[in-house]
Amino acid sequence: MEDLSRFKQTYFDESAELLEVAESGLLRLTPGEVDSDEVNAIFRAVHSIKGGGGAFGFTELVAFAHEFETVMDGVRNNTVPVTTELVDTLIRANDLLGQMLAYAREGDPAPAGTTDGTVAALRRHLSGGAPQVQAPAAAPAAPPPAPVYADDEDDEAGLFGDAMAAIAAARAEEDPVPPGKLRWTIVFRPRSDLLMSGNEPAFMLRALRRLGDATVECHTNALPNLQNLEAELLHLSWTVTLIADPDIDLDKINDVFEFVADDCDIRITAEAPPPAAPEAPPVTDPVPVATATPPAVVAAVPETPKAEAPKAEAARPRPNGGGAEHAGLTSHTIRVDLDKIDRLVNMVGEMVITQAMIAEHVRELPPGEFQELLEGLEQLAQHTRELRESVMSIRAQPVSSVFSRMPRLVRECAATTGKEVQLVTSGETTEVDKTVVENLVDPLTHMIRNSIDHGLEGPEERERVGKPRAGTVHLSAQHRSGRIVIEITDDGRGINRPKVLSKAIEKGLVQPGAALSDEEIDNLIFLPGFSTADQVSNLSGRGVGMDVVRRNITSLGGRIGVYSTPGEGSRFVLSLPLTLAVLDGMVISVGEERFVLPLTNIVESLRPKAADLHGLVGKCDVMMARGEYVRLVYLHQLFGIPGAVADPTRALVVLVETEDGSRLGLVVDEVLGQQQVVIKSLEANFRRLDGVAAATILGDGRVALILDVAGLREMSRHMDSRAPRSPSSPAAALPAPALEPV
Amino acid sequence: MSSSTALATVGGSRTDARNDVMAVNAAEEQYVTFTVGSEEYGVNILSVREIRGWTPESRLPNLPDYVRGVINLRGIIIPIFDLRARFGGGATSVTKRHVVVVIQVGERTRGILVDAISDILAIGHDAIKPPPDVDGGMVDAEYLSGLYTADDRMVTLLSVEKLFSVENSELDSATKALPALERAS
Repeated sequence: MEDLSRFKQTYFDESAELLEVAESGLLRLTPGEVDSDEVNAIFRAVHSIKGGGGAFGFTELVAFAHEFETVMDGVRNNTVPVTTELVDTLIRANDLLGQMLAYAREGDPAPAGTTDGTVAALRRHLSGGAPQVQAPAAAPAAPPPAPVYADDEDDEAGLFGDAMAAIAAARAEEDPVPPGKLRWTIVFRPRSDLLMSGNEPAFMLRALRRLGDATVECHTNALPNLQNLEAELLHLSWTVTLIADPDIDLDKINDVFEFVADDCDIRITAEAPPPAAPEAPPVTDPVPVATATPPAVVAAVPETPKAEAPKAEAARPRPNGGGAEHAGLTSHTIRVDLDKIDRLVNMVGEMVITQAMIAEHVRELPPGEFQELLEGLEQLAQHTRELRESVMSIRAQPVSSVFSRMPRLVRECAATTGKEVQLVTSGETTEVDKTVVENLVDPLTHMIRNSIDHGLEGPEERERVGKPRAGTVHLSAQHRSGRIVIEITDDGRGINRPKVLSKAIEKGLVQPGAALSDEEIDNLIFLPGFSTADQVSNLSGRGVGMDVVRRNITSLGGRIGVYSTPGEGSRFVLSLPLTLAVLDGMVISVGEERFVLPLTNIVESLRPKAADLHGLVGKCDVMMARGEYVRLVYLHQLFGIPGAVADPTRALVVLVETEDGSRLGLVVDEVLGQQQVVIKSLEANFRRLDGVAAATILGDGRVALILDVAGLREMSRHMDSRAPRSPSSPAAALPAPALEPV
Repeated sequence: MSSSTALATVGGSRTDARNDVMAVNAAEEQYVTFTVGSEEYGVNILSVREIRGWTPESRLPNLPDYVRGVINLRGIIIPIFDLRARFGGGATSVTKRHVVVVIQVGERTRGILVDAISDILAIGHDAIKPPPDVDGGMVDAEYLSGLYTADDRMVTLLSVEKLFSVENSELDSATKALPALERAS
């Protein structure tokens, strides 16, 4: 059972990827210019989901996937015209397939009737948009009324059961090819592990049978003795003689083997009627035909009356057989558990520290005596650096997995707002740590919605001001100085500064009469509780605004900025670290202890003059910094560290800004320098601590705590509210901070 | 690191010596014993991951003094508990000869700071005496799993699961009772 659940997990993982493949394919599906590669990719994705689902017995899912697949089959055979309406239906079907997968994953049955509407819509397209749903299916694989794929399964036994009776009927080689027909000889030699990939040769033989009058010979000469028989391996091969109409071409026959082309040898030859024969199609595969294989079983498969007609009119040349495409899809990747990679990252991090420690000790050796040792160490250092970069790159993923979701979003937003929008993306291949990629989805979704909803004008308004009807949103990613920079640019109306300002004043975010620069006004949109939409729209004006975006981004160690030109558009610029495992920090010291402050929180550090310091109603100290009063927070008080410099005029004040934009001055002894640190969990073996975000290991192997600025502010508020501070002994009134239980 | 290896070797030879005894009495379990001041304590050897020499810790803010701080154990960060302070004997003033017993409790790895490792004992279940009533709110009884007499010494056997679980819940109340300042001064 456990094994099965592991396979199930893999199936769901793969299905999730396949759904994405299908979705991105569907979104590129444009009426009038159908790319057969895309269509095939979608078909294959749906087919694979169906196939795997069948293996686990998810019958509802399989039944629905089958309907979906049938329509896709129609699309690739050109029997189902691609219309905008069809694409919408297919996208909905893809979503529903995702839902069905979710039900299957949870082990819940889908609510009755979940698929009814979509199935009906799919079938409407199958019948060429005609009103009657019950019309005979246009595509071969679609059994008209019921959502069953009976023709795939009904005569499992019959295929070979009829065989004996039909032996006499066969021997097609003796017969001349009937006039007006082609005779194909298909030698199908699957590899012995074909069954393991879930493929069933009987289905392929049956599919061939649909193309014409097929005679199947099964070669059993490779069958081992019973005691050597491995039941899971396939020991059979087949020769099929197919008498078919001339419009059945090589591609159609190759299609049958589309999914197994890599797992078998196929040789296909054609023979025309004796007198007026067309040229024989070329041999696809140079693998020699199985020789000396006396036919053991000969089965004449009765011709199935349905099926050929629609296929016939669908003849569209597809230069590459399915097999070639299939091979192209095979990527040389493996799935690895994230934990394993993290362990590797950890160990490499340790190596870097150890290596630095050795280097430190070696420097104390008498110079000139250990030249070889020094050279060796130098090499080691270089290799360690490279190793670390390679390991970090394992976790890196291209941002395309996020970007590819955006066309869908734009499509929906455009439909809801009635605006015409064109999305241009660039730099999709830019790589960044997996966790960063995952955390980008929400902010980007929100910002793109925002750009379309608030930034872009409606088509009429755009025409009036001489812009193209369709607005453009440009989403780009690039690496810049060790960070990833993502830009979202629109060519809309830009930020309406007077409106933003009046709104901010109305909401009490800005004092009336305050003189703000353009840039400051633009940045007001990031303030909590700010929303400019006149009406709360379905899209972006849901009360959560750009402030949430900014909070998300800063919590990832990123920054966000906006640049706007009225009438020309706005540009949002996000800058994020390449990995969440590493943080740019400033190492500071207080007493004997060292801490790391995230660089993103730091505004500046300065040593105040006595004249800048003031007491505030006996509760706390404030400092005048750049025309603003900033509250001072003594780290040694908060953390109870002995031996620290208590007088701010002799210590340093690091001006920090929390994620919501409020500032405070952190009093520390010294700023030691900027450093990239690897973030380590404190909670894994201990617990969370107030004012501490995480921990890290410094170059000398010692642990340093990474400070949580927002947490420190909370702690100091607590302290101020509980205890009036007496300036003579600042620490005397320190209360115990409230610690939450683990 | 070097001390860790040395101790492991000592432990290994003793373990071998006791294997015979183990075979005779399956109800025996092995305990690593260590000293804190004049007292000797033991923990089940199965929970001991390694024994290492003292390396300077980084302190954690606003916790009772028996939470010594955290150290870097090959890339993971583990807390160190000062057993002497835990039992009310004040913070240990550490030297290079002090030892950290690294213990695995469930998913978590933690260190206990002790004075020295003393022995590895195979102790039969019947040889363990229940702890006497420790009344007067001395609490600690809960994580004492029993007492054992080795020659003329008394060894207090600690139950690591309980030792740490008690500590987790007490940590908060203890913290509230202990202003950071008392440690700071």
